[in-house]
Amino acid sequence: MATATATRKKPAASRKIERKVRILIGKPGLDGHDRGAKIIARALRDAGFEVIYTGLHQTPEMIVTAALQEDVDGIGLSILSGAHNHLLPRIVELLKEKKLDDVVVFGGGIIPDDDIPKLKRKGVDRVFTPGTTLKEIVDYVRENIHPRA
Amino acid sequence: MPEKGRSTLKSVVESVRAGDVRAAARLMRDLDDGLPAAKRVLRGLYKHTGRAFILGITGAPGAGKSTLVDAVTSELRKQGKTVGVVAIDPTSPYSGGAILGDRIRMQKHCLDDGVFIKSLATRGHLGGLSGSTLDVVNVMDAMGKDVVIIETVGVGQDEVEIVKVAHTNLVVVVPGLGDDIQAIKAGILEIADIFVVNKADREGADRTRRDLETMVSLNDYDEGEWVPPVLPTQASTGEGVVDLVESIACHRAHIFDAENIDRFRREKATVELHEMLKVRLLEKAIGDLERHGLMDSLIDDIANRRKDPYGIVEKIVNHRFETHLIS
Repeated sequence: MATATATRKKPAASRKIERKVRILIGKPGLDGHDRGAKIIARALRDAGFEVIYTGLHQTPEMIVTAALQEDVDGIGLSILSGAHNHLLPRIVELLKEKKLDDVVVFGGGIIPDDDIPKLKRKGVDRVFTPGTTLKEIVDYVRENIHPRA
Repeated sequence: MPEKGRSTLKSVVESVRAGDVRAAARLMRDLDDGLPAAKRVLRGLYKHTGRAFILGITGAPGAGKSTLVDAVTSELRKQGKTVGVVAIDPTSPYSGGAILGDRIRMQKHCLDDGVFIKSLATRGHLGGLSGSTLDVVNVMDAMGKDVVIIETVGVGQDEVEIVKVAHTNLVVVVPGLGDDIQAIKAGILEIADIFVVNKADREGADRTRRDLETMVSLNDYDEGEWVPPVLPTQASTGEGVVDLVESIACHRAHIFDAENIDRFRREKATVELHEMLKVRLLEKAIGDLERHGLMDSLIDDIANRRKDPYGIVEKIVNHRFETHLIS
């Protein structure tokens, strides 16, 4: 019903095609802790994004296939197992292979500060560590991830 | 520019027909977002559709629809059929966002090239589907998928739009949801071609099954008319799924029967035309009113009771038909 008000105030704008940003939230690797991922998914939903949640124990191949089929704009990866140095760059690499280079990859979890510059060099756009607020993540997504043209 | 436009359009049509996942996925997204260019591609694809068998799966939230889709897909893959899945989840009416979580239950087919899964949000569309479902199904059809499975949003009693789109409709019921009076109400239970009592290991499954069978037996069926069977399954273990897939094949044979197929195709075409008209006429009428700067004053007039919406709508509709459609 909120849209009815919006339509009345700005009829012209409402006619424009507005793409929804689609974000995939995935848990690569073997750790079974997905509460964080679910909370992020929920926060992004509440911020108006369409979130595809793929669940636990995903291989990089599974994540990239889902990203391809769902045509997402960004991928958020939650990882607590310590295998981030292997899994995150591998996902970026696979995305390139599938010509999905415009998909923004970000990650979060227990990741030592020393690893973050390395991950960034390998194409991970942003890494969030424990203590990050939901607002920071939502703001990051809003500012950095846009629908493809 | 138009030349270039035409050639890209043609190449997208070709890519989708060749089964190019990237091209198809992008087209589906563009259709979901309502991009006019995507509609033009669909026009080019339409003549290549109509081959896929479309299976609808509907039922209450938590009935096990996604798990059943997964199990049925496995069975169809064993038969060598390629499968497209369109899974619909609700959009938040407050934020406009959505969590699309049906893939979680469909992991087995994640890396299978013969399966394409697309999650869609309802985006305010009522009836159990998204506004773009038919378009996305058509793209999967044109890609050459043998079977397209549509999983509706978890529905209550009256969200039966799936019946207009699918060839065969499964209504998934679980034991323990209400008594036999639920089974004699109208709505969702009337659209089933096949009833699935999922989670059939649970207490009360036999009772649910009997209630449904009694309900079915009270209907009047003409000779040769399809009588919906009631089948127990345990989607999570695959129990009963072979029988279910066989039953789906029987229903398919029934509607594709020489006596039924023409009527069936005409029904489908009617629905398709009506649905598209509904959307496009509304878009066009609103667009025209806005372009001519009439919308605000009309809304003010109605809000202040200076004019009535009935008369205004009649005027708009008649005007549209005279000047734009008939001439």
